[in-house]
Amino acid sequence: MSVISESLLIFTRQMRLSLRSPAWPVIGLFQPALYLAFLGPLLVRVAGAGVDGLPAGAAWRFFVPGLLIQLGLFGPLFAGLSIIADLRSGVFERMRVTPVSRFALLAGRVMRDTVVLLAQTAVLLAVAYGFGLRAPLPGLLLMFVFVAAIAIGLSALSHGLGLLVRSEESFTPLLNAAAVPLLLLSGILLPMTLAPRWLDVVSRLTPFRYVVDGMRTALYGDYTGSVVMAGAAVAVATAAVCLLLGARLFARRNT
Amino acid sequence: MTTSGAAVPIIQATGLTHTFTVGGRTVEAVRGVDFEVRPGEIIGFLGPNGAGKTTTLRILTTLLKPTAGRATVVGVDVNADPAGVRRRIGYVAQSGGTDGNCRVAEELILQARLYGIARHDAVRRAADLCDRLDLTGLADRPMKTLSGGQRRRTDIALGLVHQPSLVFLDEPSVGLDPQSRSDLWAHIRRLRDELGTTVFLTTHYLDEADALCDRILVMNHGRVIAEGTPDALKRRISGDVISLTLGGDADRAKAVLAECPGLDEIAVSGQTVRLTAEGGERALVWLLRTADRADLDLRSVNIARPTLDDVFLALTGSSLSENDS
Repeated sequence: MSVISESLLIFTRQMRLSLRSPAWPVIGLFQPALYLAFLGPLLVRVAGAGVDGLPAGAAWRFFVPGLLIQLGLFGPLFAGLSIIADLRSGVFERMRVTPVSRFALLAGRVMRDTVVLLAQTAVLLAVAYGFGLRAPLPGLLLMFVFVAAIAIGLSALSHGLGLLVRSEESFTPLLNAAAVPLLLLSGILLPMTLAPRWLDVVSRLTPFRYVVDGMRTALYGDYTGSVVMAGAAVAVATAAVCLLLGARLFARRNT
Repeated sequence: MTTSGAAVPIIQATGLTHTFTVGGRTVEAVRGVDFEVRPGEIIGFLGPNGAGKTTTLRILTTLLKPTAGRATVVGVDVNADPAGVRRRIGYVAQSGGTDGNCRVAEELILQARLYGIARHDAVRRAADLCDRLDLTGLADRPMKTLSGGQRRRTDIALGLVHQPSLVFLDEPSVGLDPQSRSDLWAHIRRLRDELGTTVFLTTHYLDEADALCDRILVMNHGRVIAEGTPDALKRRISGDVISLTLGGDADRAKAVLAECPGLDEIAVSGQTVRLTAEGGERALVWLLRTADRADLDLRSVNIARPTLDDVFLALTGSSLSENDS
């Protein structure tokens, strides 16, 4: 059996479980929706006042990519919690004594998280449209490509870390400690062009700064410029590195 | 070398060792274990918690890499070809392997498909296993609604879905009520009797090892300290305990009976002569004849085998049932 069909078997199982208790994906949407409703209108005013890096009339196109990153950082990044649960229940061990490829055990789970995040993205974009988001279709479609890369990277990383950490009590604070700075440094709320030099430098050391800038530029209607390309390159490279790391951790025998 | 296929061991372990470090301290979980398992045996690792049973099982099932030593399982080296071993064995972990929100049949079908079995075959096998393990009617139930015994049988069904010739069961009856335990034992025996499956289990229950296993490997502190059939182990270690109650002079009886062949110890308490002897049945025949000839007033006779707990006590100086608590 090929790695792809093995991955699909695992994906189907995980997806079925998600559909049986869809609470988490729905709860995950709640926070970004609050940001849209309670912070979005303020940003529209700020943009109207003319702020560097926040073009007037583009407030929603500026704001929505940041919220998508936020969805990723609080969804797929915490997906490793499920592998800790599977370790505890013995499900993961049961699958590891079958001849199925170790990579498929990871890939099937990552696929589930990616599909969930893509579905959340569709919902969030629809809600944002209600609030006033207007963007060209190719730009909107590119959001899904970026989101897929983010989901693959974060989910693979999280599953790998879950196998290392093996306890929810350590895992959740660890990820929170990483997620909040990553989120703030990406500049999801206000443009990093406002930042003092030191903050701008630190921000450029984190991947999501490039990704969110690329996504915004795509929504402004520029699909091939250097900012979009840099964002895409960083997103894909991050996904690849995380997937490789996750795969290595899944292939280890002594755990 | 032998030409008989049946005599080729299905498991051969040589010098298996596993050490790991916890907080800078080196723990030797398994310290140079050697043993063989023949096809069609029900064999058990008996020992207290922490004896190294599960660690050894996890090495044999490719979940852990041994620090030293080697093992072949169904003819395949666990280090050289772990995937080959996985294809040939079933494994049921102590914790089980089910998610409460999954349903019985869908997990059985998935598990079969993970072994590369085509979908229509997988569906048929899932149904067969449900019949075989008394899970009929539960196929579409979420695991969390099953009883402990039903869930355990589902775990075992998951380990058998690809019809392996060797299945590892780690503490199969932990947490089950007595009725479910004896049901489970019956299922395990049938597995061997009807399908010829070799069953390798670990247990810290003496009655389980005694009732189920053809052969026992007693494990303590990471080593196999004794092996044999339950009866041989008990005979070898302590001999049988024979009590004779007399109407007359017990001290005279003691003097007469002290010539008993295979005698270990003889003692009198009140009207009872208690003796332990190797091969108690043979000793008993001699005792009855001799008592008759010497005209002793024999009222009753009792012969008792030592329990595996006596064996464990003799081997390690501590009781397995004390260790358990």
